[in-house]
Amino acid sequence: MSLKGRHLIDPNDFSIQELGEVFYLADRMVEDRDAFSSICKGKILGTLFYEPSTRTRLSFESAMLRMGGTVLGFSDAATSSVSKGESIADTIRVLSSYADILVMRHPKEGAPKLASEYALSPVINGGDGGHQHPTQTLTDLLTIRQYKGTLENQTIAFCGDLKFGRTVHSLISAMSRYKGSRFVLISPHELKLPEHLKSSIAEKYGIDMLETENLEEAIGQVDVLYMTRIQKERFFNEADYMRLKDSYILNRSKLKNAKEDMLVMHPLPRVNEISYDVDDDKRAVYFKQAEYGIYVRMALMALLMGVDANAQSK
Amino acid sequence: MLKVNSIDCGIVIDHITAGNGIKIFEKLKLGEVNFPVVLLINVPSSKLGRKDIIKIENKIDVDLTMLGLIDPGLTVNIIENGAIVNKMSTHIPNDVQGLFKCKNPRCISNFDEYATPKFKLAHSNGKIHYRCSYCEELTTYNI
Repeated sequence: MSLKGRHLIDPNDFSIQELGEVFYLADRMVEDRDAFSSICKGKILGTLFYEPSTRTRLSFESAMLRMGGTVLGFSDAATSSVSKGESIADTIRVLSSYADILVMRHPKEGAPKLASEYALSPVINGGDGGHQHPTQTLTDLLTIRQYKGTLENQTIAFCGDLKFGRTVHSLISAMSRYKGSRFVLISPHELKLPEHLKSSIAEKYGIDMLETENLEEAIGQVDVLYMTRIQKERFFNEADYMRLKDSYILNRSKLKNAKEDMLVMHPLPRVNEISYDVDDDKRAVYFKQAEYGIYVRMALMALLMGVDANAQSK
Repeated sequence: MLKVNSIDCGIVIDHITAGNGIKIFEKLKLGEVNFPVVLLINVPSSKLGRKDIIKIENKIDVDLTMLGLIDPGLTVNIIENGAIVNKMSTHIPNDVQGLFKCKNPRCISNFDEYATPKFKLAHSNGKIHYRCSYCEELTTYNI
């Protein structure tokens, strides 16, 4: 079993065992990051960001730099050759010979998959429209695993924008494969989980999902509460955004009925959906979650490039 | 009852649901050919009540996937020397490529010529939908 040379377009591209391999290496990196500080010496990460992203791009760059590699790429399609109308296939054919591994963010859904069909090096999907964001999912899975010790038998509530939130779509799809997963979907009617996703998970895994519009009603029964931002850019209409943006705000008083060991997670950045008074609660793990994102990306890139992760720095 | 002669060598598309004959005729561009073709509509049928039939006095390539999309259950008979030498029936295809576009306006396949999605059959809510290989959204095929 080797992940060398593979692409990561959808979290489910990897088997449970392969994901376990990524998490095992990430665990070792969490324990002793410095031991891996030169395993990617001489390797280059290409970052192809066709739409702005600070966190994901910097997280990938940090992950590569922390392993001793280097980074090149663009962070705005307007300043690259794509602004001249170059196809993804042509861009990727050229850039994949410049770098050992590529990460692509693109506003169009399926663009990284198209890239992977023409790339000479592994392609990682850094987010494609409202479709998938697999490394955020790996980050989320590693976080749950670090705190709960397992990914099985977890009840996860997703709260906020479940219609456009790709992090939610990816995590639901990934968690569906673990034994005993249950989902609670908390959203305004206008931002419910897309029907096609609900039906495919119900058909494939037979998982029932509880849908509610009330955060407080559901909070007591969940192991993980996954909050999301209601993104302004996903709305066509300012009035709709203003009406819905405050629908689901988590504050300390709403946490009263939550389990003692419940995790509050968030892909960040948050706007106001989690009040600052929650930050000090031990259940709030969203900043730690962002930190785990570095480790999981380090582990992922090391495995896709097939570098020797045992050749640790002394 | 209208009588149409049998053909000696060619293709007979039979058991077409009444109303679909003209669609298939147009999809196969049979109006542009220079050999004899007959489109029969509303022919009495013990199985279907009424059916359409297309007789083509020539051997042409017929895309069974496309026919299956338009009308699953029709039969394609290959005729040689006045006799049926091969009989095929169509069914709803599991995999489709290049016959329709993804309906998701945000799908890369609607922007990049290199992206021709492979659609996989997905049943949902009693309707027949296809899942796009790029964006995974469901598209319903309408002829």
